[in-house]
This record gives sequence, structure tokens and C-alpha cells, in this order.
Amino acid sequence: MKLNRRSLLQSFAAVAALGAGDARARFAFAATPGDRRLAVVILRGALDGLAAAPPYGDRDYASARGQLALQTSGMGALHDLDGFFGLHPSFVNLKMLYDAKQLLVFHNICSPYRDRSHFEGQNVLESGGVQPHLLQDGWLNRALQPMGIGSGDRALAITQSPPLLLSGKVRTGSWMPAVMPAPDKLFLNQVRALYAHDPVLRDSLANALALQAASQNAMDDAQSMTAGSNGQMRIGGGFGSLTPLFQGAGKLLAASDGPRVATLEASGWDTHVAEGAADGQLARRLQALDVAIDSMRAAMGPAVWNKTAVVMATEFGRTVHPNGSGGTDHGTGGAAFLFGGAVRGGQVKAEWVGLNSGALKDGRDQPARTDLRALFKSVLAEHMNVPARALESKVFPDSASAAPIKGLIRA
Amino acid sequence: MPLEAAIAVHRFGLGARPGEIEVAGADPKGWLVAQVGAADQPRAPDGSVFPRSGVLVRQEQEMIAQRRAIKAGDPDARKKLAGGRLKIFSDEMAGRFKLGFTTKRPFAEHLVWFWNNHFTVSTTAGRTLNFAGAFEREAIRPYIADRFENMLLAVTSHPAMLVYLNNNASIGPDSQAGRLAGKGRNENLGRELMELYSLGVDGGYTQSDVIALANILTGWGLDSNAPSGFGFFPNRHEPGAQILRGKSYSPDLRGGIQAVRDLAHDPRTARHIATKFATYFIADKPTPQTVARLEAVFNKTGGDLKALAIEAVEDDAAWKPKPKKMRSPMEYVTAGYRMLDLPGRDDDGRQIRDAMVSARAMGEFPMTAPSPKGWPLTSDAWSGPDALLNRIEWAKRIGGRVLPGFNAAAVAAQCLGPLVTSATKVAMARAGTQGDALALLISSPEFQRR
Repeated sequence: MKLNRRSLLQSFAAVAALGAGDARARFAFAATPGDRRLAVVILRGALDGLAAAPPYGDRDYASARGQLALQTSGMGALHDLDGFFGLHPSFVNLKMLYDAKQLLVFHNICSPYRDRSHFEGQNVLESGGVQPHLLQDGWLNRALQPMGIGSGDRALAITQSPPLLLSGKVRTGSWMPAVMPAPDKLFLNQVRALYAHDPVLRDSLANALALQAASQNAMDDAQSMTAGSNGQMRIGGGFGSLTPLFQGAGKLLAASDGPRVATLEASGWDTHVAEGAADGQLARRLQALDVAIDSMRAAMGPAVWNKTAVVMATEFGRTVHPNGSGGTDHGTGGAAFLFGGAVRGGQVKAEWVGLNSGALKDGRDQPARTDLRALFKSVLAEHMNVPARALESKVFPDSASAAPIKGLIRA
Repeated sequence: MPLEAAIAVHRFGLGARPGEIEVAGADPKGWLVAQVGAADQPRAPDGSVFPRSGVLVRQEQEMIAQRRAIKAGDPDARKKLAGGRLKIFSDEMAGRFKLGFTTKRPFAEHLVWFWNNHFTVSTTAGRTLNFAGAFEREAIRPYIADRFENMLLAVTSHPAMLVYLNNNASIGPDSQAGRLAGKGRNENLGRELMELYSLGVDGGYTQSDVIALANILTGWGLDSNAPSGFGFFPNRHEPGAQILRGKSYSPDLRGGIQAVRDLAHDPRTARHIATKFATYFIADKPTPQTVARLEAVFNKTGGDLKALAIEAVEDDAAWKPKPKKMRSPMEYVTAGYRMLDLPGRDDDGRQIRDAMVSARAMGEFPMTAPSPKGWPLTSDAWSGPDALLNRIEWAKRIGGRVLPGFNAAAVAAQCLGPLVTSATKVAMARAGTQGDALALLISSPEFQRR
């Protein structure tokens, strides 16, 4: 195995030697929710990691990527990070976060899933199991109690219903920018009474009502997402605007008595055709994501942003070489991101083995050299004070091979 | 009013229209079985028949040519073209919504919804806007009581699917066109055809099978000269026989058709379809017995979808009185409109448009699923806090529109009958207005479910 001079991940053995006792001592007060904020962003559809974070210094980069290769100078040049890796030109705000040492980029990273189905891949990514459908709830839900979060108003999904990632024993909330005027309280109380003996609807409505109050100011500038002023639908625009969702999440997370954990998601990454390089469909989607992330940062304000970590991952990467239609097909390893004011950023962490065909999985995919669970575990441990024992036994069972990566979060 | 009739109308149908439970009452199972045949076709808002795919393919090609002709600096003209596509899709869906509200064969229509979602073609990427409506009309509706292999073939060769999963851009690397243009294959349709549409993700195929099937399907593309819009282009077809799951297929259209038919007849496909069918119509977690019955009938009849639908109707598990499945937003809005006999006779399309916007706001709109997997089949997808609040808000808004003289209790008795709980009856009786009583009925647990 040829190791690159890039900052390498700690050897797993060295981290494992730390032991659980140390973590327990350090996180003795983990029983109540602190005021740290954690957001998890799922990019559904398999983001092309080589487009998002191009390893332009690799000698095989230009030839392997062909028409998808990004330029290092001129119009639409990529943003250099460390002389070897860069960021896609659309990632203007992420580049600023990197320069402010608030962004870490991970490469050749993937969940334990090794086949190429989106839906199984997302199931593994969200459930935290080693195989699809092995676990019925989400790893983030299993981490809530160890964080001291036992009820729904502290954990929030920015979707109509919580995704698998946040589903499980602890009931969690969900919120979207309002699209219809809310009915009056009196009527809602009547409905609540009607749901008294229906646990699913009762709890769901109670949660929605609790969030409604909290979200009033988040809704102020979130735009209506579905109906235009003349009632005509917006369908052709594609995957919908991300900014109202991220901005709303930022505002809700900013409240001192509001949620501490949020999940967000964005789709539109399944670029089988005409992916484009500096310009094109993927570039536009990455820009929308970049702008949305910045709107979340702004909505939080500096004080809350400094207590925030956002981890962003996708179910797997895409093929290294372009396919026959200017796109990429389903692959294995890819990129992940960790950012926020609480992040000890300014680095790319990758066990890089090159892009020549011999180094690729099945001669086509980026290999998976780092387990995404290692990243998730470190964030939960260092940022949200989840004890090591809970991480190993409950949150990520069978994850001993994916020891947490140290030093991702500011003390 | 017999309970079985109400269950038939709500669980298998799309919610009762006034008088429908009486119609089903004498023989609820017979009423359902009699509906299982080729589905009805929707009409455009102006009453006209929608064009066939061949016409749409030609229109699309003209649009693309026009788009190229427009100078890059003229965004208004481009937007206008995009708007034209959106209108085609919007009109198709308006026809579909209306048919759902008014049909006297609601079980047939419900079967269309199931199969459309099973073979998801989404318009979210924009490229399929022109063809999506035609997809359902041509590849789903005629086949809901036909053989699965025929539906699978119609779906796989439909322009909408070929565009959606990029097969029209998939070129055999060693084909004439591939060698000339240096282009290659695209795995998307090959993979999803096995993973989602036939064998299922555990269906025992490998990455090399995905590549083989993608090769087999190279050359399947769009032809504006064919009425169906489909064409086979030998110059893009990968030469040489392909080995798919141990069997060799000839490098021509015949080989491709045989490969699709073989997938349809695979026992894994029977298992996959039986599980989804039971999950959709009967229970979020169907019993192994239910799945086994459906699977057996699928295998025994060689994939006869009429037999499959009838078997589901005959399953005792489908007749449990308590509704367990949360209605999807489409089912919810449709059940509401059917109960209220909407849209009215002289509606100018506004009620339909409002229903379309509402369903979308609740999180579901036909043929816009976020991925080829389609909309989720289970209740938890639609019972989240924000989703539920949107439904209650919609119920309240519908309640706000009732006319003087409206009697919510009478509507409840007629259209839900024995399914209405006493708690709901009490709450409705206590409501301040008839509109609020109706809104409570539409919000009630028994109306949220089917």
C-alpha cells in the first residue's frame, strides 16, 4: 500500500489503545444535553466525491477523469486546499470555512456497504449496521439518550417525517417551512382530543405543535416551497430549493431551548448523464448546497455556530472514470465533510492510494479506506459527549474495526 | 350497512363516493374483482385524448432544436419552452387526478397507482416531463390485469423509462457508434431493472450481470417515426452474445426481449412483487402467509396480474376491520374529494389544481418521487409531525369551504358508515360549525388510514 504524504488518519490500533475508561472519565457529565449543536446532512443519490473534492495533485487525476477533470487555473478553476486536494469551484463558502479552519474533508471514505444499490447503501448509512436492514432504527436516534436527549423537542428532522437516521425509540420531531396557513388552536385541540387513543398520531401531533411555536421566526423568511402566487405548481425546477430548509434548521438550532440535533437531506446527486465539470448540473447542485450551508451558518449567528458541528455524507461514491454518457455510475469510496465553528478544521484526511486502475476497487471505484462510522463515532464522542461504551455497544454495534478518529473537534 | 363493503371501498378502492358503499354492499369481493381489467384512460382538461409517445418524442426533439436555436443570452425564451413541457405534464396529471376522484372502478385505478409507483419514472430531473403521463397511459394502464412480463416489457421499452434511467444515452462500447464516438454504456437501467423492477435487491445478481443487462439493452432508444416512440438502433448495440445470470442472449432486439421476459418469470421476481403488493394493499408488515399466497399465485399463473389482484382480495388478512395503513397524501386527498363529490360538475379546473397543490404540499405528487425507488409504501412515511400537521391544515381548509345546509354527520354515515368511531361522532357533534365537523372527520384516525 502506497501512503501519500497527505495528513493520514491515525492508525486504528493506536486509537483503540486509548480504551473506554479514558472516555468515561472525560465525559462524566454526559447525562444532560449540553448546548452543542449537531447537524447531519445526508446527500441522497451518491455524490461524486472526486468532483466535490478533486485530488488534482494525483498524477492520474486528469487522465482518469477525462471530461470531468477540473482545471487548476483560469475560469472555473477548483479551489486549492493543500496542494494536492481541492474543492469544486461551486464550493465558495466551504472554501472559506476551510481557510477559517472550520472544515475537514475526508476521502476514500464509505460506510461498510460494498454493493451498489442506493437504497441499501442509504439503509446502511442511516441504520449504522454492517449490512442493509440488519438494524431497524437509526444510529443518530440510538445516540440521543447517551447525549441526554430523551424526548422529541431536542432532535429534529428537516423533512416531513423523520428519516431512518433519526427514527427509533426516542420520538423525534420534524419540520418544514410552512406551506399552508396553520389552523387555529381551538381546532387543533379538538383534533388532539380525537387522537387521545391513537399513540402514533397523538405523539406526532404533539410534537408538531411544540415545534410550531419554536419555528415561528424560522418561517418568516422561508419561502413557500410548492405553490407559486398564482397557484401554479413548480415541478420542473428539479429538486427544490435547499436554502429555506438549511436556513430554517439554523434558526431552530439557534434557540437556546430548542433542538440540539438536526438532520437534513438533499437529493439530486445521481449523475449518470452529463454530470459536467466546473459548469453543468452537478456544479449547480453543489452551488445550491454551498449557499444553503452558508445560510444555515448565518441563521445561527456566530455564538451558536461556534458550538456547532455539521457532518455531511452520502451512501457511496461514484465510478472514477466517466461512463458513456458524460456521467458516472455507482461506485464505492467517496468524500465526506465535517464543518462548523466547533470543528478543528483546515485539513483533508485521506488514506490515499492513487487513481491508477490497480489501486481502484474492481478497477473502477475509489476504494473505501476509512469507515464512515469512524467519523460519526468521533463526532458523537468528542462533540456530543456520547460515552465510548454506548458508541460501541448501542449506537454502532459491530464497529470495533472503525475506531473513532481523534482530534476532530475543538476542546 | 355491511362492514365488508366499507372496507372494500376504502382499503382496495380510493375512499367512498356518495352511494358507493351501497353499490359494493351486495357482494364486496365481487365488486372489486369485477373491476380488475385494463384500466380507464384519463382525458385532458379540455376533454381531448392525450397524444401517443411517438408524437411526444417528435415534439421533444423539436423543443430541443428550438432550445439550441435560442441564443444563450435569452433566458425568457428558454423559460417559455420549459414552461411548455411543464404544462404537458401538469395537464396529464390533472386528468389523472380527476379520474381518481370520479372513477367507478377505484380498485382498478388504485392498481394503476401501485404499478406506476413500482415502475417509478420521476420528472424531478425535468427530462421526462413530456413523456411521464404517456408512460402511465401506455405502459401501465393497459397491463394491470395482463401478464407481468408484458408490463415489464412495455415499461422497459417506453421512451419515458429510457430517458429517465439514461438508456437512450447508453451505447455499446464496441458497437459501431461506440467506436466512432468513443462513448460507452450506462448502467442505470440495467441495474434498476433488476434491483427495483423485477428480482429485487436480494435477487442474486452481480455487478457483471448489471453490465451484461446494460449491454443487452444498448440500442434501445427513442424513435420519433414509430407510433410507440421506441426504436432499436443496431449501430449502438453492443456486439457479441451476453451472459446474464448464466444464460446467453443474442446481440439483437430479440435477445433483449427474451432477457426481460426471463427476468419477469424468475421466482425472485414473484417474491419481490408479492411482498410489495401485500405491503401496499394489505399491511405495512404483511404476514409471511399473505406473501406466500401471492407469491404462489404469481408463480403458478406465470405472472398473471389479474390473478394476483384477486388473490389479495381473497385474503382474510385484508378484511380486518381496523384500518392500519396510513393513507398516502394522494390517497388522502383523493378520499376527501370522493367523499365530497368533488370536483363539482361545473368546476373550471380550479378544484383539481387545488388538490394537486395540496397533495404536493403534503409530500407526494405522482411521478415526482425523489428516486427510482418511488414513494414509500409504509405508514411511517406519512405520519411524521410535519406531514400530519399539513394534513390537518388541509382538512381544516376543506371544512372552511362547505356550503350552508351541509350535514357532516350524514356524509360520515354515508361514506364511512361502520368505520366511524364513536369518539369521532362525539367530537363532530360538539364542533361549532358543520365545516369544523367535516374537518374533524377528515382529520380523524379512521380517515387518515384505510
